[in-house]
Amino acid sequence: MDVKELIVGKVKEKFDSAVEDVSDFRDDLCLTIKKDQIAVVGKFLKDDPDLQFVMCKDVTAIDWATCKKRFTTVYHIYSHKLNYTLRLKANIDDDPPTVETVTGIWRSADWYERETFDMYGIKFLNHPDLRRMYMPEGFEYHPLRKDFPVLGIPGSLPLPKKAD
Amino acid sequence: MDRHSIIYSDEKLLKRLHADKDITIEDALENEMVINMGPQHPATHGVLRLVLRLDGETVMGLVPELGYLHRGYEKMAENMSYIEFIPHTDRLDYLATMCNNVGYILAVEKLAGIEAPKRAQYIRMIVAELSRIASHLVAIGTFALDIGAVTMVMWTFREREKIQNIFDRLAGARFTTSYTRIGGVASDMDEETFAMTKQILDELEPSLVEMDKLMLSNRIFIGRLEGIGILQKEDAIALGVTGPNLRASGVEYDVRRAKPYLYYNEIDFRVPTFSEGDALARYFIRGDEVRESVKILYQCLDKMPQGEVMANDPKKVLPHKTEIYSKMEELIHDFMIINFGINPPVGDTYSSVENPKGELGFYFVSNGTGNPWKLKIHSPSFCNLQAVQLLCKGAMISDVVAIIGSLDPVMGEADK
Repeated sequence: MDVKELIVGKVKEKFDSAVEDVSDFRDDLCLTIKKDQIAVVGKFLKDDPDLQFVMCKDVTAIDWATCKKRFTTVYHIYSHKLNYTLRLKANIDDDPPTVETVTGIWRSADWYERETFDMYGIKFLNHPDLRRMYMPEGFEYHPLRKDFPVLGIPGSLPLPKKAD
Repeated sequence: MDRHSIIYSDEKLLKRLHADKDITIEDALENEMVINMGPQHPATHGVLRLVLRLDGETVMGLVPELGYLHRGYEKMAENMSYIEFIPHTDRLDYLATMCNNVGYILAVEKLAGIEAPKRAQYIRMIVAELSRIASHLVAIGTFALDIGAVTMVMWTFREREKIQNIFDRLAGARFTTSYTRIGGVASDMDEETFAMTKQILDELEPSLVEMDKLMLSNRIFIGRLEGIGILQKEDAIALGVTGPNLRASGVEYDVRRAKPYLYYNEIDFRVPTFSEGDALARYFIRGDEVRESVKILYQCLDKMPQGEVMANDPKKVLPHKTEIYSKMEELIHDFMIINFGINPPVGDTYSSVENPKGELGFYFVSNGTGNPWKLKIHSPSFCNLQAVQLLCKGAMISDVVAIIGSLDPVMGEADK
């Protein structure tokens, strides 16, 4: 059976109501999952003996800027058994944006979620160590949000004082 | 708070320090001590900062701090066209610039639905493998330097220098190559470059044997690496470690084999793996990968097809300069591509390639305009550094240097 059909079939059989959308663009399969179900579906994808998505390659987010559901978190997970990289998405509609962490399922998501928090300000609930990854402590903004200007915000980083 | 409070974490000791000015060094040695390593430290390969908690010489725990080289490439990519970002990929992993160029351009081509001609793909394969050899040579050399073997770095840099000369001929620059273009490569490989490549490959094999003789007859080198920083297979997978570090822990995963891009499916090569997962295995695997790359390069040179090096797709691929100056239509296309971009369809793609450090992935979100709506760089050094915490726990402080060297992070890539 085709790998994509297997994955979609398995997930839909178990979590039919949680799957919002299935897309297939340029041979990349993507499942959009309801926000509150993402950890449950992730656990199923990892533990199911036919799927075994044991490796989390990446966690990131997209800022849609004008949409009502402003943020989407994106997960790339890999299965050695199927030799396939699957993309999961979850649309976030609340403000401030929050989503359940997946660090309990994939340990590697720790730093990826910290990075996403740093760049987009999405709070990952129950994350063991949610600190900024790149930007300094005490920085108030989230640089990859679309309302953050490319040139930066003057005064957001402390600079040395001018000599008198 | 004075500076003692930073060095001594023990509350009681801190109080005594304030009370007693005649405190001796023994007091510090009997207690846990917090030490800062980096960001300016030669063994951290750039600007990695580690905060270590020590008990005597044993590392009780550590916290890595990243971001000292954060330049915000993902933000910059959102504000420039797909072509404009190519030079910035050189600055990610600055030891394997060609691999980054190839990885980025393959991701763009996947998104835009362009296929480069076969000759261009073969040239990309050649430069990527040469870059891999160069990067691994630096990794081996600096790794040995960290351990205290100074000669090795001279020998590996001597070999690497010859590879940089090829890049100089091909791209006009030794380090900041920016060699690939959407739909092909910047310039064709001529006969002399082929001859240079062949000569380097012929010379590389004997010098690799020489290097192995130098290192592996050295008892100190082996003694300092064997059994140090063991990364178990399960931990490697769980922590998302990629590339040679993953394969040194016994997981046979190589993107070139798992999901062949370019024409790696036509090439016969082995994916070396080790089961030990210690620092010595991570040293050996880089040497083995250089040998496999040499094999791949010989095959590429033999199978090199003739033909164009740029695809024929006027709406998306830049025309040649001579045509822009002499033909009206080409001038218009050039103007449109430079000013408005290639406008790939709405959608998102993830494409990854096997870099010397591991799997380099580019995740694009396009909204149909000339600039990407979002670009996420999945950088292998970032993933590999996540294992540092686990590997260093319980190790001696001198092993920390060996462990970082064996993971071979490049901060330009980890910090993006």
